[in-house]
Amino acid sequence: MPDTPDSQPRLKTRKQGNVTLVEFEDRKILEEHVINLIGERLAEIVETQNEPRLLLDFRNVEHLSSAALGMLITLKKQLDDRQGRMALANIHAQILEVFKITRLNKLFNIQNNTEDAIQSLA
Amino acid sequence: MRSNRSHEPQARSAADFDSRPLPHQVVISSDLSAAREVEEEILRKACGLGYSPDCCFAVRLSLEEAIVNAHKHGNKADPNKKIIISHQVDGQRVVVRVRDEGTGFDPGELPDCTAPDRISLPNGRGIMLMCAYMDSVCYNATGNEVQLVKEKC
Repeated sequence: MPDTPDSQPRLKTRKQGNVTLVEFEDRKILEEHVINLIGERLAEIVETQNEPRLLLDFRNVEHLSSAALGMLITLKKQLDDRQGRMALANIHAQILEVFKITRLNKLFNIQNNTEDAIQSLA
Repeated sequence: MRSNRSHEPQARSAADFDSRPLPHQVVISSDLSAAREVEEEILRKACGLGYSPDCCFAVRLSLEEAIVNAHKHGNKADPNKKIIISHQVDGQRVVVRVRDEGTGFDPGELPDCTAPDRISLPNGRGIMLMCAYMDSVCYNATGNEVQLVKEKC
């Protein structure tokens, strides 16, 4: 599949204290090459920090696939290797159900909102 | 949100596979962007017939997983191979079949991706999600065609 500008993932990142907040700006995280690019960009953030603290903000995400779940699992391993931590926040109810069905809600630190997520990473 | 969704769903056997043709059939090259156009058409029909947002979410998620499986695992991403999507959307249910040109597999052999020793593996959740969100998921005897059924809700 060609890498057109439209198929580039849109991530908004900012720092708050020692936490890097990453907001997915796309409604859908479905396409494999987009998921791979997101994984690469998040890995770059993890690799450039000691004991990285990452907050993934899902407020805009309405659809994701099992491949996106796989990317998050790989990211968690990369964080674990660097004594890092991650929280997922602002997940829509439909998407939260996907995490529950796959029982990945037990693997990930899922918080209701940004504030709770930042506190969980303190 | 449905609370009775099974967390240990199982794809059904070939005996449950209804091989009668469906009214709409699209043959596409093993190209995911073309497959997604068919996905959008199916969803447009379902939404137009008043299927709920939760129901449309379930259909989209399951179709996405079925199409990716056909392309990636069935056709091994070979652009010379085809994906055949046939479907029927009416006021009662959505029925979609996705066939690939691979050698098939036995869905009964799939390991439980929620088992403690597999929960942290990045792959293997697509069929589980389809089974959780659809009312019926079954494969043909070869294992290269999946039939998804979702009753209107």
